[in-house]
Amino acid sequence: MKFLAEYRDPAVAEKYFAAIRDTVTKPWTIMEVCGGQTNTIVRYGIDEQLPKEITLVHGPGCPICVTPVEMIDRALIIAERSEVIFCSFGDMIRVPGSRADLQRVKAEGGDVRVVYSPLDAVRIARENPSKEVVFFAVGFETTAPANAMALLAAKNEGLSNFSMIVSHVLVPPMLEVVCNAKDNRVAAFLAAGHVCTVEGVREYRPIAEKHRVPIVATGFEPMDILQGVLMAVRQLEEGRAEVEIQYGRSVREDGNELAREIVSKVFTRTKRKWRGIGTVGSSGLELREEFASFDASRKFDLADFEVEENENCLSGRILIGELKPTDCPAFGVSCTPETPLGATMVSAEGACAAYYRYRSANSSFEIRNS
Amino acid sequence: MCLGVPGKVISIDDSGPLLMGKCDFGGVRREVCLAYTPDAKIGEYVIVHVGFAISKVDESEALRVFSYLDEIRSLK
Repeated sequence: MKFLAEYRDPAVAEKYFAAIRDTVTKPWTIMEVCGGQTNTIVRYGIDEQLPKEITLVHGPGCPICVTPVEMIDRALIIAERSEVIFCSFGDMIRVPGSRADLQRVKAEGGDVRVVYSPLDAVRIARENPSKEVVFFAVGFETTAPANAMALLAAKNEGLSNFSMIVSHVLVPPMLEVVCNAKDNRVAAFLAAGHVCTVEGVREYRPIAEKHRVPIVATGFEPMDILQGVLMAVRQLEEGRAEVEIQYGRSVREDGNELAREIVSKVFTRTKRKWRGIGTVGSSGLELREEFASFDASRKFDLADFEVEENENCLSGRILIGELKPTDCPAFGVSCTPETPLGATMVSAEGACAAYYRYRSANSSFEIRNS
Repeated sequence: MCLGVPGKVISIDDSGPLLMGKCDFGGVRREVCLAYTPDAKIGEYVIVHVGFAISKVDESEALRVFSYLDEIRSLK
């Protein structure tokens, strides 16, 4: 496929590995923010082929992993209602709440449907006027424009049987959390290419300056990751701390202005709880007051529903790069894709799932049998 | 997290409330909302996420990853 296959060419990759080896002189820890980047890194073994001076740690950029348990539990309570058709992206279906997941609710008779686009959920609402159709609006800045446009479409059509559970999170406030973490070792970030496609890179400049940390908006193919690492390492070795765009085929300085305009029309920034990490100021989006009737949490009286999280899941510390999945005692023992303790093991882009799928096959670590 | 796949615009439909179109993803054809890339033309590529085009692929930038190493070597 064009604009994908070319970026997986091993011959070009080898040139990048060589250029990185020639450039690096000191140890550096770099965080790739996005779960999609984590998946590419672990799948292609990029971290294992980089010079040993470079450590890649995996960031919090997996919206499924950071969705708090109480948001999942709200979804379960709503999805169990007989009058509801509950729509969600596929990767949310198996994320564990405190007692079940959407897949179990579906198995026990709930009408839970996987959709590819929020517009599919709007169509289902149009086709089922007697049902309450609820969409699980999870995601980062990349997904907000789609959800905002779908909501406006529903409103313009007068679909009063459509609503959303909104669990949107934003990257920049989380980079601050990582930079301010007590023994933070992250020296540079590979920012999420599609978040920056929508938002642009302007919001990252004060972070790079304040924390003296290079930030490179990077794509998702092996070549993108390698060029992103090289750009970050060149900056680090030269003592620079700037924002650069590696993923230029999609990212521009101001992102997609039309998309940002629609998002700010429908949503407003708010504090948000991140699973395993806690509440982070203005790190999420919620519906503006004029769209309150589309807020499923309020519509079904669950706005202040709260739940405590599972302590022996260390995903919070893995999400900010403090630990690797293999540092967790439950990894591969009580926590596996079949019996996940936390979302980072379920989500296809979670660091734990990536390690379990791509690392447990070889001997670089063994699964501890209880 | 935010899987985005490049697709080639093969048809555009502005008859409905939202600007829609069909894109080809290496043989798979899907309906896509083009409301956020209103200037995308047939034959051009867009990055598609959850059924929405979020950017038009900049074809000249797309080649830079292959020339970047020569650029920095010439700086040395």
